[in-house]
This record gives sequence, C-alpha cells and structure tokens, in this order.
Amino acid sequence: MKTTKSSAGEPLASRRNFLRQAAVAGAGVGALSSAGLTSGSFFPSAWAKDEPPLGTWPAGSQGNSVFIGISVPRTGPYAVQGEDELKGYELAIEHINSGHPLIKAISPKTTKGVLGKEVKFGVADDGAKPNNAVQNISRFISENKAVLMTGGTSSAVAVALNKLAQREKVLYAVGISGSNDTTGKDCVRYGFRECFYGETAANGLGPVLLKTFGKGKKAAYLTPDYTYGHTVQKSMSEYLNKNGGWTTVTNQVSPLGAPDFSSFLLNIANSGADVFLNINWGRDAVLSIQQAKQFGVLAKQKLVVPYQVPFLAPEVGGNLMEGVYAATDFWWTLQDKFPLAKMFVEAFEKKYGYKPEWGANACYLQFAFWANFVETAGTFYPPAVIKAYESGQKLQSTVGEVYFRPEDHQLVRPVIIVRGKKAADMKGKEDFWDVVDVLPGEPLMQKPDAFGCNLGPST
Amino acid sequence: MFTWGNLVSQMFNGLVLGALLALISSGLTIIYGTLGVLNLAHGAMFMVGGYAGYLVFEGTGSFPLAILGGALFVMILGVAIERLIIRHFYDRPPEDQMLVTFGLAICLVELVRFLFGSLSKSVPPPAWGQGVTQLGFMLYPTYRLAVVGIVALALGALYVVLYRTRLGMIVRAGIEDAVMVDSLGINVFRIFMVVFGIGAMAAGFAGIVNAPVVSLSPDMGEAILVQTFVVVVIGGVGSFPGAILGGLIAGQILSITSMINPGYSYVMLFAAMTLVLLVRPRGLFGPRSRD
Repeated sequence: MKTTKSSAGEPLASRRNFLRQAAVAGAGVGALSSAGLTSGSFFPSAWAKDEPPLGTWPAGSQGNSVFIGISVPRTGPYAVQGEDELKGYELAIEHINSGHPLIKAISPKTTKGVLGKEVKFGVADDGAKPNNAVQNISRFISENKAVLMTGGTSSAVAVALNKLAQREKVLYAVGISGSNDTTGKDCVRYGFRECFYGETAANGLGPVLLKTFGKGKKAAYLTPDYTYGHTVQKSMSEYLNKNGGWTTVTNQVSPLGAPDFSSFLLNIANSGADVFLNINWGRDAVLSIQQAKQFGVLAKQKLVVPYQVPFLAPEVGGNLMEGVYAATDFWWTLQDKFPLAKMFVEAFEKKYGYKPEWGANACYLQFAFWANFVETAGTFYPPAVIKAYESGQKLQSTVGEVYFRPEDHQLVRPVIIVRGKKAADMKGKEDFWDVVDVLPGEPLMQKPDAFGCNLGPST
Repeated sequence: MFTWGNLVSQMFNGLVLGALLALISSGLTIIYGTLGVLNLAHGAMFMVGGYAGYLVFEGTGSFPLAILGGALFVMILGVAIERLIIRHFYDRPPEDQMLVTFGLAICLVELVRFLFGSLSKSVPPPAWGQGVTQLGFMLYPTYRLAVVGIVALALGALYVVLYRTRLGMIVRAGIEDAVMVDSLGINVFRIFMVVFGIGAMAAGFAGIVNAPVVSLSPDMGEAILVQTFVVVVIGGVGSFPGAILGGLIAGQILSITSMINPGYSYVMLFAAMTLVLLVRPRGLFGPRSRD
C-alpha cells in the first residue's frame, strides 16, 4: 500500500493557507477548521466555480454523469456481507437516478440523478484487503474521475480508504466499519460513517448484558486481530468490567480469515468463563460459532455477538443464535416502527428476493445522504459538500431522524439491540431476530475528541 | 496461555489438521511425482469434494454416502480434467502447466460460487460424532477424533494401492525415473490418468471429511493449497511417506504456534520449510534422483 501522510500531522500550515483563501473568497470556510464550528449557511453554487481544481473536481462532474467507485469484498471472509452491501449501493443509485420516493424522503431536493446528472458506478472486489481496496479506488479516481468513493466491510479497509480519500480529496462514504478508529484516531475530513461502532455497541449492549446475566461475571473474548476487533473488545470489556464488575478471563486474538478456530476455542473452553463474547465477523464468526458448539463452549457459556453480522443466523444454522444478544444497525422488522424502513425493505425485497440485512441498509443510506448533501450544497465541490455534511442538518432515514456529528463525521443514529428467536417463534424463514430495543445514539457516543479525532483540512 | 493440559489439547488439534494435510498432500505429491505437473487446482479439488459431498448429504441425509459421493465425484472430475486438459500440457513448459491448473482452480471456485452462492454451507457431523468425548484429561469434539481415524484408513488404502499393487509399483517407479518406465513399454498415459484421478480423490475425500469441522465456502481451497505445498516440500516431492510425516509436522507447527501467537503460525511453517530446504533440499523422504 502506498503510504500517506496522516492528515492529523499537518493541519497548521495548510489550515492557515486555507483560512487565507477563505477570507479572500469572502465566505465562512474557516468554520471548517478543526475548531469544529459550523455556520448554518451554505455556499451558493457560484462560489465553487472560482476555486482551483481539487481532487476530481471539477473534471469528474463536468459531463452529464458522475461516477462512484465502489470496492467491496466479493471473495474472502467477508464476501457474503460485501454482496449485500453492493445490493444496497446499487438500489440507492437506481433510486437516485429515477427519483424514487424513498430517496426523495431522505434527500428532499433530489429530482432525478444528483444535481441533474446521472450517477454511474464501477465495482471492484477487494477481498477485504486494504491494499486491494486502495488500488481499486485509486483506479476509479484516476481513470473514472470518481466524485465519491466507498468501501469497507473491514475496518482495516475503511482506515486505509480514509487516508486515500483525504490525500486525493475525494469524498468517502464509509461502508460497514465497526472500529472506533474510523471516526476516532483515523478520522478524516473527507470520510463519513453511517453505521454504529465498538463504543456505541458496548454502551448499548452493555446494560442489557448486565441486566440479563448479572454482575461479577467472567467473560471470554474471541477477537479478530485488527483495528475493528481490538477497539470493539476494548470498548466492550471496559464497559462490562467498570459498570458490572466483570472480569476478562481470556481474550483470544485470532487472525482475520483463520481457517480453524479450534486452538482459540480450546483456550476459551478451558477458561471457566460464564459469557463468551465473539467479536469475529463474516465467515470467521460463522465458523467460530459452529466450532464453539463442537467444542462444547456453547453448552457452558452464554454466547454474545457484540457487533452483529449480517446473515449470521442462517449461515450458522442449527438454531445456535437462539437467545443470543447482539447490537446491530438495522433489522428488517424495524419496518413496523419506521415508515422509511418499510419502503426500503419492500423495494429491496422486490428487486433481490430477500430481506435486506444491515449492510445493505447502511450502504443505501450512505449514498442517499451523499445525494442530499450535494443537492444541499448545490455543487460537487468537495469542501462545499463537506460543509453541508457538517451543518448538523437533520436527515430522515430508515431508523428515524439522524445527523452527522461535525467534529468526527460520525452519524448520530440509534443502536438496535436484538435477540435471536426460537425456531418455534419465527414467523417466516427470515424472522431470526427480535428487536429488543432501539436506543438513541447520542448518549451512547464518546465525546467527539475522546478517541483522538483530528479531521484535517478540506482543501 | 501456556499450560501442559493446553499443550496436549493443541497437539490433538495439530494431529487432526496434520492428518488432513497428510492426505491432501499425498494426492498432490503423487500427481507431481508421476506426471511432473504441479497441480495448482488441488485446493479447488478439496473444495469441490466438500460441496459434492454436501449435495449428496442434502439429498440422502447419509454421511457415509456423502463421503463416498464426494470422493467419487472428484475422482471422475480429476480423470476428466486429465484427459481433456492436462494431457495436452505434458510437453509444454512448467509455467504453462502451472497457468492452466491455476486457471482451472479459478474456474472451479467461481463455478461453485455461481452454483451455491457465497453463503457458507455446513454439513453436520454424523449422529455418532456429535458432542464431545471425555478423554480423562480433557474434552474433545468426538467427530474430530474420528477424523484422525477416517484419514488413517484412507491413507492405509492409499498405501495398499501404492505399495501392494502393480499400479502402485509403476507409479513409484515413475516417481524414481519416469523415462525408464516409459521406455519399458508401459502405457504411461493411462497410468497418468489413474494417478491424477486418485490424487484428486484424496483431496476431495479430505474435503468432505473436513466439512463438518469447518463450513464450506468457495475459496476454502486457497489456504489449504499453500499449506499442502509446504508439506510436500518438507516431506520430499513425490514421496508418500514424506507427505504423511510432513503433514503431521506441519499440523503440529501450525497448532502449537497458534497457542503462543497465532500471527506467527505461518511464519514458523515457512521457517521449517526453509530449514528443510537448506539442510536437506530433497525433503525428508524425497527420492535421491530429485536432488
């Protein structure tokens, strides 16, 4: 992977420069600096026209269409979730181009396309590997002049793409990424995340676990060895140990894409834990849960999945998820609570023949939000679009009203607590989870600067 | 987390993994030893065996039939591939052979992905293999213990074929000196076809036997292919006993290193391979002719 200089290390000189330019331009761009102030007003589109080229602007938006570069894992341990994300992206693009009522509900100014331009896109497989994702997106930027990039599923990918976005000055709508770092220490001005993450999962699920299992329990963790695993494990164990007097008896760290989890599960089986918190994701989660059953871990310890995995219940099979608690971003039965969720689930199921999982929802929303903010800014000029994102504008979504926190570009959105259903209680073959609670997001979030976020400049 | 009890359990894990690697590697090594073709589609054969067995299991509900069906299907597939494709590459340079088998692997993986989707499939262990067995000093999943036995039987059968039949004699002679076998008037093409079939079957058999331990996914063969190559190099290219010993060694290295630091398990595996290459380039049991 090409190395990029962290934006956090070089804000001063460029910010000064930036402020000077802003002053000359007579607009309140200074609000974009790391002080994190926002002014409520947006730029008239004419303002951007006088600016020097930046990233793929204006080259990427001069024709009748604009291009989005999509990198998802279609192979490797996260392939299943990647395909679901891709369907969410594709449905969003279809809806944006046709001016579907669901998009209009999220992005009221949308008619057809974005600022009247048709949205085109390219897809590349990254196998959940950061190097591949960076190569894929770099090609979309240089060859297709992408005005928006996306990718994720692995937070290692999200962090790498964050850096690429900041360097190339191309907006990045983060796909699935559960690491605290994505909008924490590795946050960037050009990246925006929709989904919940380690800290909100822990603060949402923690009280439920303490209520269900009681205080002073012994916990065993199975943690994938990268930024996602480490930050989710840290948030989860800190909450439980501090608030419930739990102890961590073992934290087994396994490599991403491990073919066999028996070594780790033996250690967990012998650890004497009461609760087994499995942070693994994708196929790793499926395999490790099936093998935990084989090793008798599930008979002795209560399974918890802190960061829910799309398609986990059908893939694991054998009704192993019965009674298992998880924190998630979206579950399709939320359609009973949120009208936009109903529209989304129906449109998705009509096109793809199954109920969307949370990755598809997150990715759909990400593109819809982007369309909204470009329409609001009235231009594709990235600093203007970023300013719109940072305005704190309330957005309608499939999980109710949400907004992006200007200081770290994290969407403030509810965390959904679910519990695996008994086979006998399932009202259909995709009715795997009961929604136990829909928790407002704001109280679950850390202070914006707690994880060391420094967004860096927008120009 | 080091304890003696833990070490013993990890060595059991290593034994299960090692037994599987031994079986898959014997397939790879006899194909390479006899045909001189490095079959990069061997991992895909392992995967196809798992999926074919899965289909049989879904249709019949019988695990023994699934093993039989999976193994036979991959053998037939192997024979077909040898006749239709590999045969045309015997006289081509090794790069071409590697490219064609590599391409074949991609085709098989994508075909399975197309037919079965990316969602992983699982085959439950047979009723007698479910649950855990109390070994006195530890609990261990019953089916995993059974895997060692099943693989040992399969390796025994392979041993009988290679060391107690005329076919086996020709195959072993071919590994030592293919030119001489050819000049003795033996129809090497027919032998090649059978060897490729048997070698593929070993991988396919391992694929379905392993299915209840891991869940099936289209790209499961990739990781196993790498490990198998290391086993073959350690054991000695073309050597059946070498593949068995190499497999068992590799299983222990991977498993015991995982206990201490999983990140280093592959490093240690390759370190062992490098050591063998330095000290004994033909591998532990490699034929002298291959020095």
